[in-house]
Amino acid sequence: MQTFTDEHEELRATVRQFLADRSDENAVREQMASERGFDDSVWQQLAEQVGLTGLIVPEEHGGAGYGYVELCIVAEEMGRALLCAPYLSTAVMATNALLHCANAEAQKALLSGIAEGSTRATLAYAEAGWNVGDIALNAQEKDGGWVLDGTKHHVLDGQTADVILVAARTGAGIELFRVEGDATGLTRTPIPELDQTRRLATVGFASAPATKVSDGDAQEGLERTLALTLIVLASEQVGGAQWCLDTAADYAKSRLQFGRPIGSYQAIKHKCAEVLVDVEFAKSAAYGASRAAADCLDGEGDWDSLFQSAHMAKSFCSEAYFHAAAENIQIHGGMGFTWEHPAHLYFKRAKASDLLFGDASHHREALADRLGI
Amino acid sequence: MSEFASIDEAELRARTRVLLDEIHPEQTDSQTFRQAQYDHGLALVHFPEGFGGLGLSPKMNLIVRDEILKHSKVFYDNPPASIIGIGMGMPVVNTYATDEQKRRWLPKIFSGEEIWCQMFSEPSAGSDVAGLTSRAVRDGDEWVVNGQKVWTTVAHLSRWGMLVTRTNPDVPKHDGLSYFVLDMQSPGVEVRPLYQITGEAEFNEVFFNDVRIPHENMLGKEGQGWRVAITTLMNERVAIGGGGSKKKGGGAISQLLKLWKERDPSTASAAQNAILRDRVTQAYIEQELLRLTTQRASAAAKAGNPGPEGSVGKLFQAESAKRLWELALDVLGSDGLAFEAGYELRQAAGGTDTTVGLAKYQFLRSRANSIEGGTSEIMKNILGERVLGLPGEPRVDKDVAWKDVPRS
Repeated sequence: MQTFTDEHEELRATVRQFLADRSDENAVREQMASERGFDDSVWQQLAEQVGLTGLIVPEEHGGAGYGYVELCIVAEEMGRALLCAPYLSTAVMATNALLHCANAEAQKALLSGIAEGSTRATLAYAEAGWNVGDIALNAQEKDGGWVLDGTKHHVLDGQTADVILVAARTGAGIELFRVEGDATGLTRTPIPELDQTRRLATVGFASAPATKVSDGDAQEGLERTLALTLIVLASEQVGGAQWCLDTAADYAKSRLQFGRPIGSYQAIKHKCAEVLVDVEFAKSAAYGASRAAADCLDGEGDWDSLFQSAHMAKSFCSEAYFHAAAENIQIHGGMGFTWEHPAHLYFKRAKASDLLFGDASHHREALADRLGI
Repeated sequence: MSEFASIDEAELRARTRVLLDEIHPEQTDSQTFRQAQYDHGLALVHFPEGFGGLGLSPKMNLIVRDEILKHSKVFYDNPPASIIGIGMGMPVVNTYATDEQKRRWLPKIFSGEEIWCQMFSEPSAGSDVAGLTSRAVRDGDEWVVNGQKVWTTVAHLSRWGMLVTRTNPDVPKHDGLSYFVLDMQSPGVEVRPLYQITGEAEFNEVFFNDVRIPHENMLGKEGQGWRVAITTLMNERVAIGGGGSKKKGGGAISQLLKLWKERDPSTASAAQNAILRDRVTQAYIEQELLRLTTQRASAAAKAGNPGPEGSVGKLFQAESAKRLWELALDVLGSDGLAFEAGYELRQAAGGTDTTVGLAKYQFLRSRANSIEGGTSEIMKNILGERVLGLPGEPRVDKDVAWKDVPRS
C-alpha cells in the first residue's frame, strides 16, 4: 500500500506553496475569464522552476524521470488549487501517448520540448464516445505523407496546443499521428465549458496533413495512456474533494445560527463526517492506483491490475468529489450559491471531471468487464 | 533503555520449546495446554512475570505463536467463548485487581476454564451508556445490586461478569459509576436469551435481584467505574473497526459474486440485469476500498503517523455491509423469498453454510453492524468532533445530578 516518504511530503509542500503563490482564487478567476485559459508565465515557471511539465519524461529526454506516486501528488495539489493550465493534456496525456504509442524519433522530437516548457501538446482521441475501440477518424496516405479527415470531440486544451496527437484508423488498426497546431485543414472550436477552469475544443480535420508517429497498431498503447490519465485525474479529484471538505468544516465551525456554530448540529456534523469518509476512501482508491501504476511501470506489477485500479479510482473519486462539492454548497447555504464564493468552481470542476473520459458508471462497467462480473 | 525485560527473541523461542517439551499441543487438550502456557509466562508475554507474561513487548506474542506452529500441527487459539474475557477481562484485571485476585482469575480466563462476560448496556442506556440505571447500594462489606443488563454475549456460559453499575445517583452521570467483577453463580442473577431478528440468540439479558457482591470485587475506586469501563470499550472498538478482507476479492464480496454468477439472467430484463450488475460492481469497489483503507491505516500506524484513515473504517464497513447483503437478496430475486433456516427461536450457532443461506442470514444480521459497538450516528459524531474538530452538541446532562436527568 502507498505510504509517503519525507521526499514525497517535501514535493507536496513545494507544489502547494508554488500554487498558493501563483494559482490563488484571484488567479484562477482571472484565467477562467481569459481567452486562452491559462497564464504563460505560470506555465514557464512550472516547467523551469519546479520542473513539473517533464515530471514523468525520461531523463534522456531532459525530464525528471519520476513515477506515478510523484505525479499523483502533484495532480492532487493542482486539483486542490484548481490550477488553470494545460497540464493534464501536455504532461500526462500527450506525454503518455508518446511514451506508449510513438516511435523513438517522435519521442525525441517532442518530449524534450514538453519537459522544458516550450511545447504544449494534447491527445485527440474521443469521437462519439469515450472508448478507444470506437475511434473511426480516417487517415489516408497521400503523396508519401498522411492526411486526416473527420472530427475529434472534447480535446483537452485543443484550441491552444502547439501539437495535437491524433488517434486515427489506418489499414493497420488505430495509429497515432502528429498534427501541428497551425496545420492547413485544421479547425479548432472551443466548447463553452461547464467548468471554465479546464478548456476543451472540438477539432476538425479536412485533409489535414499529419505525420504518423506510431509503428503499427497503437490501440493497446492508447488504452494504457488513457488508464494512466484516469489515475492522474482521480488524484486531482481527491485534491479538490479535500478542499471542499476542509472549507465546509471550517465554515461549519465559524457560522453561527440559533446561537451555536452550525457544525455542532448533527445534521451538519453528519454531512461533514460522510464527506470525510468518502474523501478517505477516495484517497485509498487514488493512492492504490498510483502505486499500481508505479509498480506496473517498474516491472513489478501487471497491466491488468493497473486497469482495474484506474477504473475503480475514476469511478469512486468522481462520485466522492461531487458529493464533497455538493455538500460544501449546501453547508454554506445561500453564500455557497453565489458567484462570489469559490464553492461553485469546485462543484463545476467535480461534475466536469466526472464526465470527462466517461462517468462513474462507465468505468464500473469497464471494471465489471475486466473482473468477469 | 527498553522498558521491557531483557529476553530476546532467541531466548523467548527457547522458553517456548521448554514448554513444548513439557507438554505438547498434539498430545493434550486446549485447556490443559493453555494452562501450562500461562504458567510458563507465554500466555500474553506483555503481562507481568507471574501473571501469564514475561514483561515483554506485545509484538513478541507473535514469536510464541510462530515457535509453537513450527513444532506442532495443532495450535490452541483463544476459545471463541473466551474472546471477551481474554481481550477485555484480562487487561482490566491486570490493571486494577489485587495480586491475589489476579492469581485467582487470570489463569482460568486464559485457559478457557472460566468464561467472562461484559455487562455495560442496559435497556435505557445504549449510546448513552454512562446514563445507565442499574443500582448498587453498599451494605457493610457488600454491595447489593438491582437492575437489568442487555446485549450480553456469552452470559449464559459465564462464570464471571464485568459489571458497571450506579453507586451514587446524586452526582453527574459519569461520576457515580463503579466497576465490579460479579460471580454469575450468585443468588439473584438470572440470564435469559435475547432472541433477535434472525430468530437466534447471540446475546442475553441479565437480571439482578438483590445480588450481593463483596466490596473487594470492585475494580478501581468507588465512582471510578467509567474510567475503568473506557479501557474495556476502547478494546472493543479496536476489535470491530477497520476490517474488510485481507485478500483481494475475498470475504463477503466473494459470496456476492458467487450468487451473481449462479444467477439465471433470463428471469429479468436486460435493463434490470444491467442495473444489478452496476450495483454488484459498486459493492466490489466498496469492499476493495475497505481492504485498501485498512492497509493504509495499518501502514500509517506502523510508521507512527496515524491519520483519519484509521477512524473511518467502522462506519463505512457497517453501511457497506448492509448495502451488500440487501443487494444479495435482489440478486437472488424470487429465491430471496424463502428463509430456509427458519425462525425457530434458538441459541446462536452462527450463519448457515450455503452461500444462499448465508446471504439471507447476513441480510438480517448485518442490520446490527451499524448499531453494535457504536451506532453509525455516534461514529459520525466522533468523526465530526475528533477528526474534523467540529464543536460538540450542548449537553443538557453534563453538570446535573444523575437522578435529576430526564430519562425514558
